[in-house]
Amino acid sequence: MGLRDYSMLGPDARRAVETGLAAAEWYHTDISRKEMKELMKRSDDPAIRDTVILFGAMIVLAGLGIALWPSWWSAPFWLAYGVLYGSAMDSRWHECSHGTAFKTRRYNDWLYNVASFCMMRNPHTWRWSHARHHTDTIIVGRDPEIAVMRPPDFIRLIANLFGLVDVWHAIGRMLLNASGRLHPEEASYIPEAEQHRVIRVARIWVAIYAAVIALAVAMGSILPLMVIGLPRLYGAWHHIMTGLLQHGGLADNVIDHRLNSRTVYMNPVSRFIYWNMNYHVEHHMFPMVPYHQLPRLHEKIKHDLPAPNRSIPEALAEMIPALRRQLRNEDYFLKRELPTTARPYREDFHAEALGAAAQ
Amino acid sequence: MTQWIDACATDEIDEEDLVRFDHDGRTFAIYHSPDGEFFCTDGLCTHEQVHLEDGLVMEYEIECPKHNATFDYRTGEAKRAPACVNLNTYRTKVENGRVLIEV
Ligand code: FES
Repeated sequence: MGLRDYSMLGPDARRAVETGLAAAEWYHTDISRKEMKELMKRSDDPAIRDTVILFGAMIVLAGLGIALWPSWWSAPFWLAYGVLYGSAMDSRWHECSHGTAFKTRRYNDWLYNVASFCMMRNPHTWRWSHARHHTDTIIVGRDPEIAVMRPPDFIRLIANLFGLVDVWHAIGRMLLNASGRLHPEEASYIPEAEQHRVIRVARIWVAIYAAVIALAVAMGSILPLMVIGLPRLYGAWHHIMTGLLQHGGLADNVIDHRLNSRTVYMNPVSRFIYWNMNYHVEHHMFPMVPYHQLPRLHEKIKHDLPAPNRSIPEALAEMIPALRRQLRNEDYFLKRELPTTARPYREDFHAEALGAAAQ
Repeated sequence: MTQWIDACATDEIDEEDLVRFDHDGRTFAIYHSPDGEFFCTDGLCTHEQVHLEDGLVMEYEIECPKHNATFDYRTGEAKRAPACVNLNTYRTKVENGRVLIEV
């Protein structure tokens, strides 16, 4: 396929539309309507429980961090607080953007707005970009949320483990939006009627960050920023790690999530932080299923999916060498074997993309 | 000119659920509300034209299976982004255990 152009306004974006890759009909595992209705059912209870635990833990950890500040004894508490702020909020943002975390819409919206603030993602902009990610998952030039582009930029990936790239961009966008403007790419997928909301939120956030910085200056200490803002940097690593595993090293420009998404079995702590998004093939195939039902969905359809990775280290050990090979050959990707019980990949449909798969 | 079309039997749709109905090159969604009434809207979501048949009915709303936009299926009103445009709705009536829609 040659060099990829990830711009939303470039030649690959045009080609995706011309070849029917954009807004295509995706593969779905068969599952009865009755079972699916059961799985899609909404409930407030699991997310209320998890949200109380999350915010309770954040208050306790930040409290201990503040109490022990500026001693190094405060460091472990900040590190744990940071992961909840800079990573668990990513999965809360994600689940609430689908509206599936809670049954009650205003709870979803409340947590979505809080999590968006923590992650520095404008809640209106990102609602649209994430919709596009689901329509055109890992379609070059169409999906605005491709975490690992080809060839992979390892320096960028490592810098982003500490939020450096994302936050730099987020601050730029926030200031641009607060000045009353949108980036042309944002304008390409956010309907005009919604654009004023983007600007309003950006202005509120600039005011909040200005207040926190003013407090830090007044106190002569970065302590206020340790609580608000900086954890987006020092706690980002977990959501970057799990985010890379979602699609890293797998196919692009295909319309079967079994080819471009990865399910990984994870330890309970990571699953709490990540809110079960480790069942990523399942989530993409059926985005209506709430996070707390994904393990059940996985059990029902795993006969039709590639075997999941057994752990985070195993998944990293699969992905990192594939990314390194993409440095030399950007068409390379891992094509994962399906079990004999699965319906085969549509080789005819994906001939161009699959031609370059791992031998 | 509008006409009444026989769409399905009343017992083909569970309460708080929907079915797809295709007619004359058009596609519709027919809903059975929790209080036993029937409603009809266009079948395709106004966001990206995905069919609503696999969506989730919760009380009086239908949630699109693709990006979770919701609509009030009684009025067609788009209630949640990413849908911004309302669905068209059609009148229904029940006769002899059949749901008829006016198109
Ligand atoms: S197609 Fe219905 S919400 Fe996007």
